[in-house]
Amino acid sequence: MSTTRIVMPETARKGEVIEIRTLIRHEMETGHRRDHTGKPVPRDIVHTFTVTYAGDEVFRTELFPGVAANPYIAFTTVAVATGDLEFTWLDDQGRRTVETRRLSVT
Amino acid sequence: MTRWGATLLCLGIASVLSVSARAERPAKPQPGRDFQSAETRKLEADEAANPAYLWLEDGRRLWRHPAGAANRSCESCHGASETALTGVAARYPRVVPGTGRLVNIESRINDCRVTRQEAPAFKAESTELLGLTLLVTLRSRGMPRQVVIDGPAAPIFERGRTLWMTRQGQTNLACSQCHDDNVGKSLRGDRISQGQSDGWPAYRLEWQSLGSLHRRLRACSLGTRAEVLDYGSDDYLALELYLAWRGGSLPISSPGIRR
Repeated sequence: MSTTRIVMPETARKGEVIEIRTLIRHEMETGHRRDHTGKPVPRDIVHTFTVTYAGDEVFRTELFPGVAANPYIAFTTVAVATGDLEFTWLDDQGRRTVETRRLSVT
Repeated sequence: MTRWGATLLCLGIASVLSVSARAERPAKPQPGRDFQSAETRKLEADEAANPAYLWLEDGRRLWRHPAGAANRSCESCHGASETALTGVAARYPRVVPGTGRLVNIESRINDCRVTRQEAPAFKAESTELLGLTLLVTLRSRGMPRQVVIDGPAAPIFERGRTLWMTRQGQTNLACSQCHDDNVGKSLRGDRISQGQSDGWPAYRLEWQSLGSLHRRLRACSLGTRAEVLDYGSDDYLALELYLAWRGGSLPISSPGIRR
């Protein structure tokens, strides 16, 4: 699990468009570099980021080696009903970072 | 030498001193961010996008986490991280009473860790040390640094000032030649700043990481092809004290974003 930061409202009115902004600590090693002995450094990037809201997928993106370290991803969604948002980051090492935030809809 | 001659000599020395005195504390201190691009400044100001805040998340977690043989957390002595140690970072670096030793926030955190928590010290530039340093520094955000430079700190301050003025390395450059004499000019695609420490610890885009002021000083030493000193070395600590004083009324604005 990497350190993450998620900034979003805790409450929203039904039908409101809310912005969710996320950061995750990750080196985003491109796979194009070599170490001091000339050996290629294997690629290790966060390649997929998905978000589900009350079980339904509301956001998914793929990331590529051109993305800088500690990727910042922001997106919007519509507040439909009170429920959990589950954020999942997957990287090349097979590490999975999962965070959950509650959104209360009034 | 006649009395008149001695007076003239004294006047000469006084005018030389006043020139160097003018060079050492900018009349109008400018924060480091003023020398960054509009995009970088925007990233710095946005607490959801500024990646330095990832380290704050680490710091907050560590703050609550009991550690060491004493099984104590920072919180158990200092209280909640949102309210603890207000204004403390602004007084650092400072001399520990009775020891004559100058400590900065990083070494103060490690002192606490070793003596109170009875845990091994954090390594320089580790996520843990940077996280806690940022947390403590943020509790003084917006406040000008108010460091003590007299008493036992006086010789250390003088050492810092001398370092600032001393030509070093293969390029034979003193800090002041760039950061006093050529502020605002271009250097390798960058604008030369005043060399203020207000935004540190800062996230440097070149490093793709948060880093301490000493890491920045090491990069300066490398850039002038001078000897790169250890983290927490006496010279960098002395320079840190000098920089804190030199900032004058500049409020602490860490975590900055730097190129």
